[in-house]
Amino acid sequence: MPVNTTSVVLSDDEKVLFKYIQKENLNSLSVYEATGGYSSLKKAFGMKPDQIIDEVKKSGLRGRGGAGFPTGNKWGFVPYNLGKPIYLLCNADESEPGTFKDRVILEKNPHSLIEGIIVSSFATRCHKSYIYVRGEYTYAAKVVEKAIEEAYAKGYLGKNILGSGHDLDLVLHRGAGAYICGEETGLISSLEGKKGYPKLKPPFPAVSGFLGCPTVVNNVETLCAVPWIIENGGEAYTQYGRGQSKGTKLFSISGWVNKPGTYEVEMGVPLKEFIDVLAGGMRDGAKLKAVIPGGSSTPPLTPQEVETANLDYESMATFGTFLGSGAIIVVPEHHCVLKLLEHLSEFYWDESCGQCTPCREGTGWLYKMVKKIAHGQGTQADIDSLNKTAKSMMGTTICALADAAAMPVLGFIKKFLSDFQAHVDHKGCPLNQCGGSSH
Amino acid sequence: MSVSFTPDNQSRFEKIISKYETKASALLPTLWLAQEQFGFLSNEVMDYVAGLLDMAPAHVYEAVTFYVMFKRKDMGKYCLQICNNITCSMMGSEKLIQVAKDELHINFNEVTEDKMFSLVPVQCLGSCDTAPVVQVNEEYCENLNPEKFKELIQRLRAGKVSERPGLSCQ
Repeated sequence: MPVNTTSVVLSDDEKVLFKYIQKENLNSLSVYEATGGYSSLKKAFGMKPDQIIDEVKKSGLRGRGGAGFPTGNKWGFVPYNLGKPIYLLCNADESEPGTFKDRVILEKNPHSLIEGIIVSSFATRCHKSYIYVRGEYTYAAKVVEKAIEEAYAKGYLGKNILGSGHDLDLVLHRGAGAYICGEETGLISSLEGKKGYPKLKPPFPAVSGFLGCPTVVNNVETLCAVPWIIENGGEAYTQYGRGQSKGTKLFSISGWVNKPGTYEVEMGVPLKEFIDVLAGGMRDGAKLKAVIPGGSSTPPLTPQEVETANLDYESMATFGTFLGSGAIIVVPEHHCVLKLLEHLSEFYWDESCGQCTPCREGTGWLYKMVKKIAHGQGTQADIDSLNKTAKSMMGTTICALADAAAMPVLGFIKKFLSDFQAHVDHKGCPLNQCGGSSH
Repeated sequence: MSVSFTPDNQSRFEKIISKYETKASALLPTLWLAQEQFGFLSNEVMDYVAGLLDMAPAHVYEAVTFYVMFKRKDMGKYCLQICNNITCSMMGSEKLIQVAKDELHINFNEVTEDKMFSLVPVQCLGSCDTAPVVQVNEEYCENLNPEKFKELIQRLRAGKVSERPGLSCQ
């Protein structure tokens, strides 16, 4: 089971989430059951809901969607005595550029998610749950829909599950193309039949969420870790990882590497080793320019930082960045970082819901200024105002989208200033890439 | 022109609303169903959906314009949605955009005269390990390059792939 070896590679037996992921037809109920699937239910139903919450607290499991909030604590905030229904919403709106880990679970192992939802619903006294899957994931939605039907037919969902007395209805809900619906209160607005506008907190969803009722919103990967924790105990989970970063985690790696894909590793393994061993190293022997460690909103790492960075919350913090959603994007030296930043800034401008002025206006300003500099029309003063504008957007809005847009801009200016400078000095892109075909 | 669901879709709609706590909550799945039947969401269709769900038409317009996957005009038989986000751009999506423009003689958000193709920019599709990616209607076409993409467009045009265009890119 637990490792703590120097190798970045987990054997299949050591894996929490991907133990059987290569198994053919794992997304069918019979194959899933043959791997021991749904066996955690029996144990869970023999426990008290609070005991399950305690095990999850003990495990140190943190939200795998990006924010990293301790899952057991989140569950502990739910008031059970309001006389209102409690909802459990599974966030499968995976939209942060570079992130595609949950898609693997949804398409290949949907029953592990359903099992996680059943156990978590029992712990949180919830009888109605929704999986909010991003609209683009049509294939994943079909697979999950079929899995839900199978689970109902076998008595894992519905009334009195396995004679436990616990009832749970589970509905798959498809989004329709909006990044902001991955923000938990935006997701709730969307599920209420509105635009995906995030809501002011407090009140937090745990107290007043979907339709004003107590609501737990958890990411796909988070929920999938719960059955293992119940079967093996919270303590066992803490033997993976280190410090405040316990357990294993999925990382989706893309960009200029030989073997892009989604890999499960113990938290805290060296990033460099992850790139070289699991992702097969740099494609065509290219030199490394930068690594975006946790999705497009996380500030980049320089090649020097990549040498010593580890895949855990603490290590990333020491480099002024975040583990985020675990989306690693590897940028080679021949790819212009200003071009990258232009696409990234355009994304946040496109996806700002428009509710808060600093974000609605700020994301557009960032995009325009980055574009101006990238296309060789910028001056030193533009770099300064880009920096100033990004700083002024931080922490000023209802949700974190403005920060998500500003942080990479600030990070790139801080760590790759000479690239900005070169575009100003050359009055154009030194790599002749910026200013090409764009949206 | 008055619009309404076919009897089959009417029963699917009734099944949908039975799963939700409020009618309003069923807005997105109802719009998906309407888009499937009508091809796109005209004002008449949006008004019809508003009536079905007891919502103000303005709320439905607001939602339809907020979510990018809802179409408000006929986008042709094949809607080519090209991702040009960080990884796809790094892996050559701009060349795909050029191929599409050259082959179809249209710009983004336009439809070819024969209503066969439209071209739409999209944000990250969550398929970065198989970049560059184009979504054709609802199917992902992965690991593309200009040659493969050109071939795909030609095959779609010739009507040779109509079921799951995504599978034809493997």
